[in-house]
Amino acid sequence: MEERSVIHSTFVIERNYATSPERVFAAFADPVKKRRWFAEEEAPDGEFEMDFRVEGREHKRFGSKHGLDCRSDSVYLDIVPDRRIVFAYTMSLGDRRISASIATVELLAAQGGTDLIFTEQAAFFEGADGPVIREAGWRELLGRLAKDLSL
Amino acid sequence: MLSQRAKINLVFHALGDPTRRAIVERLSQGPVSVSKLAAPLAVTLAAVVQHLQVLEESGLVRTEKVGRVRTCRIEPKGLTVVEQWIAERRSLWEKRFDRLGVLLAEPD
Repeated sequence: MEERSVIHSTFVIERNYATSPERVFAAFADPVKKRRWFAEEEAPDGEFEMDFRVEGREHKRFGSKHGLDCRSDSVYLDIVPDRRIVFAYTMSLGDRRISASIATVELLAAQGGTDLIFTEQAAFFEGADGPVIREAGWRELLGRLAKDLSL
Repeated sequence: MLSQRAKINLVFHALGDPTRRAIVERLSQGPVSVSKLAAPLAVTLAAVVQHLQVLEESGLVRTEKVGRVRTCRIEPKGLTVVEQWIAERRSLWEKRFDRLGVLLAEPD
């Protein structure tokens, strides 16, 4: 029997921030702000560019601290200021595409601030759990576990 | 049949030991014979065998004897790597949103 080569997965993350939807939206729309929370830690060598408009592209290169060449390439599909951002993005390892996703950010004014709802619908391809990822995944897991167990 | 909770506890027990973590890390690169595992770990072969028993019980590792050689490998269903990868992706975003929270808490 042939191995399935695409695995679909959807996940949702909800957060609440004690500030206005306008400020949260600005953290996505302004490259200087976005870099601070989105790129600085993962891509310290600074490979991060974005063009925040519908049809605009965003690129990030990261993973070098794990010895990996990971790239994330996005295109913005829908932007409603202070309300909604929808983008599609692919992840690649070296020259191999490992996943394609649609991601939605919804911002809702709520008591005490803003509710952020992030939904990702992803398609993982046959390389997504290949040996390099597997090894990196294990290293990450073991590192985190060691930290949790305070070892 | 072990409950989810019991299975998770076995895994945590298995991974709670640094030598066993080193074994799992080595096996994540590919299958290895038991004797080859012992050499770089600076523990006796008997100790490795005991560690492997714990790892096998937890479902993380599988060993099989072919002829006179016992080979160990990561059990792919042990901690389904794809599920793990998906969880990693989710946690990648969780970390990003944590950092967003830190940024938003600063005065503009």
